Amino acid sequence: MDNLLSIITFLPLFAALILGVFLRGDDAAAQKNAKWLALIATSATFLISLFVLFGFEASDPGFQFVEEHAWLLGLKYKMGVDGISVLFLMLTTFLMPITIAACWNVTTRVKEYMITFLVMETLMLGVFCALDMVLFYLFFEGGLIPMFLIIGIWGGKDRIYATFKFFLYTFLGSVLMLVAMLAMYIDAGTTDIPTLLSHQFDAGTITIAGKQILGGMQTLLWLAFFASFAVKMPMWPVHTWLPDAHVQAPTAGSVVLAAIMLKMGGYGFLRFSLPMFPVASDIWAPMVFWLSAIAIVYTSLVALVQTDMKKLIAYSSVAHMGFVTMGIFAANQQGVDGAIFQMLSHGFVSGALFLCVGVIYDRMHTREIDAYGGLATRMPAYALVFMLFTMANVGLPGTSGFVGEFLTLVGVFQVNTWVAAVAATGVILSASYALWLYRRVAFGDLIKESLRSITDMNLRERAIFAPLVAMTLLLGVYPALVTDIVGPSVEALLSNYQTALNSAEAATRLAQN
Amino acid sequence: MISADLSVVLPEIILSVYAMAALLGAVYTSKDRAGPLLMWTTSALFFGLAAWIGLTAGGEQTAFGGAVVDDGFARFAKVVILVSAGAVLLMGKEYMRRAKLLRFEFPVLVTLSVVGMMLMVSAGDLMMLYMGLELQSFALYIVAALRRDSVKSTEAGLKYFVLGALSSGLLLYGASLTYGYSGTTLFSGILSTLGEGPMPLGLTFGLVFLITGMAFKVSAVPFHMWTPDVYEGSPTPVTAFFASAPKMAAMALFARVLFDAFGAVPGDWGQVVAVLSLLSMVLGAVAAIGQRNIKRLMAYSSIAHMGYALMGLAAGTEMGVQAMLIYMAIYVTMSVGTFAFILSMEKDGQPVTDIRSLNMLSATEPLKALAMLVLLFSLAGVPPMVGFFGKFYVVKAAVDAGLIWLAVAGVIASVVGAFYYLRIVFYMYFGEQGDPQLNGTMPPVLWGVMMASAFAMVAGVVNLFGVEGLALSAAATLVN
Repeated sequence: MDNLLSIITFLPLFAALILGVFLRGDDAAAQKNAKWLALIATSATFLISLFVLFGFEASDPGFQFVEEHAWLLGLKYKMGVDGISVLFLMLTTFLMPITIAACWNVTTRVKEYMITFLVMETLMLGVFCALDMVLFYLFFEGGLIPMFLIIGIWGGKDRIYATFKFFLYTFLGSVLMLVAMLAMYIDAGTTDIPTLLSHQFDAGTITIAGKQILGGMQTLLWLAFFASFAVKMPMWPVHTWLPDAHVQAPTAGSVVLAAIMLKMGGYGFLRFSLPMFPVASDIWAPMVFWLSAIAIVYTSLVALVQTDMKKLIAYSSVAHMGFVTMGIFAANQQGVDGAIFQMLSHGFVSGALFLCVGVIYDRMHTREIDAYGGLATRMPAYALVFMLFTMANVGLPGTSGFVGEFLTLVGVFQVNTWVAAVAATGVILSASYALWLYRRVAFGDLIKESLRSITDMNLRERAIFAPLVAMTLLLGVYPALVTDIVGPSVEALLSNYQTALNSAEAATRLAQN
Repeated sequence: MISADLSVVLPEIILSVYAMAALLGAVYTSKDRAGPLLMWTTSALFFGLAAWIGLTAGGEQTAFGGAVVDDGFARFAKVVILVSAGAVLLMGKEYMRRAKLLRFEFPVLVTLSVVGMMLMVSAGDLMMLYMGLELQSFALYIVAALRRDSVKSTEAGLKYFVLGALSSGLLLYGASLTYGYSGTTLFSGILSTLGEGPMPLGLTFGLVFLITGMAFKVSAVPFHMWTPDVYEGSPTPVTAFFASAPKMAAMALFARVLFDAFGAVPGDWGQVVAVLSLLSMVLGAVAAIGQRNIKRLMAYSSIAHMGYALMGLAAGTEMGVQAMLIYMAIYVTMSVGTFAFILSMEKDGQPVTDIRSLNMLSATEPLKALAMLVLLFSLAGVPPMVGFFGKFYVVKAAVDAGLIWLAVAGVIASVVGAFYYLRIVFYMYFGEQGDPQLNGTMPPVLWGVMMASAFAMVAGVVNLFGVEGLALSAAATLVN
């Protein structure tokens, strides 16, 4: 099976084609067929991807399952995974069947809805598998089109504003990355990611328009990539598209956006910024630290005053992504391991939280926190699930949320104590907004007239949450599941990073003497 | 000797003779019947010639003492010109018939303008350049005003003519300065004069005036003013024609003059072309935002696209020319597909050009809306559509040549430009449910062209249908 990754990546697209070509009509039967076909296709993708997980040699830090074909202009169609990307691949294939099952109640343009999600899955999987820079860009940017449509067609009241903002914001971030990629292509003569990882880009100081630019070409490239990934992540202060997009997106769209698409930014930092531009990363790390610390504190405070549940969770996502960026640029084993762990954990937890909002939104058609209260009496099972994920969001030990936050804080503490101290307050703040949200929604007396007849979760909803609960607890008590796979690749990445930094330092010293 | 010369221009001769014969024949037969028939025969002839030129690969040939050059570059451009002109003629037939514009003059004039374009792209001499350009332009002035009883159409024709004459004058002035300071009208002669020593000041002036004239023909900013009005005023099939073959021809001529005649001094024209490119990209992106008329919108879109193609030329390298050719081939394909859709926009038998009329097209015509979606994202340059690769090549050429500022400006302009393409998607997909605004049926030819174009925009991601290699060998013949 030397084209396993291609099969996984393009299976959803193939299913989308079948759906588009063969499924006719828009009656209830056709809608049901579309949903089932999408569910079967995504589940099959997940099952096939298990072959990758079990066949993955964790002790090997290199790329595995590599396949390679010639493409245009000396570009290559090259796919492969290493310890960093394989778990994101698994996260995507794991979450997609859940996402499809979560939109079972959609009744408008069901066929198109399913096709868009299937296309989306192909593009997301491609991002994590691509080992050619331009191929990566193709998938990275292509993902904007289905998301633009998902928010725009099936979104809420202000969906138009939200979707245009989402598209143009992220598009603007990415085009600069394209120019940087071309500059790298010309400098290194290849777009092959493994080759680029061992290529040393010039880091000598250059002067542009009378200004000395420390880190030279690396700094310029790093900034261009940063523009793209920081928007995608999103980092403060370019996070403003996220709350709008989340609030307006349909539940399943929010899940995909929060759980998978945000991870592309973090993955990009790990795949490009840190290993390819070590000198620039070292120069700019303090800025990233402070932006992350501000993000953690500021967006947590903003989350505290939200009245819309989805917006609150969206802001909390920004805060959690702050831990990720901080951990990545701490550039030590704990920091990077923790960042990857935090991204995976956030994938499960934030996805589940959006699904939790979806459950009561489906019943009451409002996301206002004030419209709820005392749900625990009528919906005990829901209250239990919601509590578990609230606690995971806070970072309670025993849930996956704790491990990531703890590791990133430990990593940053070794590099910059002050940032770690500021960021640690985010843990308290997240407890306050999350627990307060939970209290207002689930506890108290059930005084709202409209809530008296609300029903607890049905079997489908329980089935959706079961795997998420299992993963959150499993990763919480046995984090080695992740760190064993991630560890060797991260170790190799960091040792290359240190070597590159040392040699650059030696070169500077040589130049000064 | 003369027979060898004539064999080089045989396709042009065939087309000219055909145009004359068609003119005579149509005058002596019933006009109503001649129109439709000529549309079919003309486009069949275009396709036949395109196949012939494309399949009979040969080396570089010159004729008439170097005035006509037939090389890989010219053949590439000719194939694109002939295929797009043939497709546009077929597409316009139904529209012209219904608007009672299906006169026999239309295919004949298009044929003559195609002859002009073919001479333009293989010009090896300033005289041939001017003759080809004028033959092309004159035919275009007339077809712009084809709808004689419409004020807008006649305005378009007249405006085009007056401004076109001005630009021709500038070009001619530049040509005479060039001749005066180099002593020859042959491109190869100019090139060798430049190689002998420092460039005389008069020759610089000649170069600038030549560029001005050609920038007008490709509608590069600041010589673009005519484009929106002419696009809007002309009958839609004519607009579709303007947006395809003449652009390719003018851009190829631009490359021909810059490289064949002034290839020794890329530093002197590179910056001028770079500025034209920058202004076109920015203005095309910004000015289209307020447009609701889809024809005007496409006019600004074409200005922006010409800016990107010029970016390839500004690089001044073989890679840049290759990028320009690929860009133009992709642009012409997208443009033809989009106009196939625009031609089918009608309500109660009347053509519609307001983009608001596309409201919720996705509900009534899902397949058409999807094809249009693909074309629009491709025009915007969003991967994985093929339009992205066009931008990719030109930006790479620009970065390669050190024009990073131009590349950055270009990609930022593409984000601004994406907004107005997205706005059409917004009307098609996100609007409110209501009465269908468009109720015309799409003739099979339009449907076929649109679907083929949209399919090419998606499937081309695999290997661009081999255009890359063809463009590379075409560029190689021009640059060395």
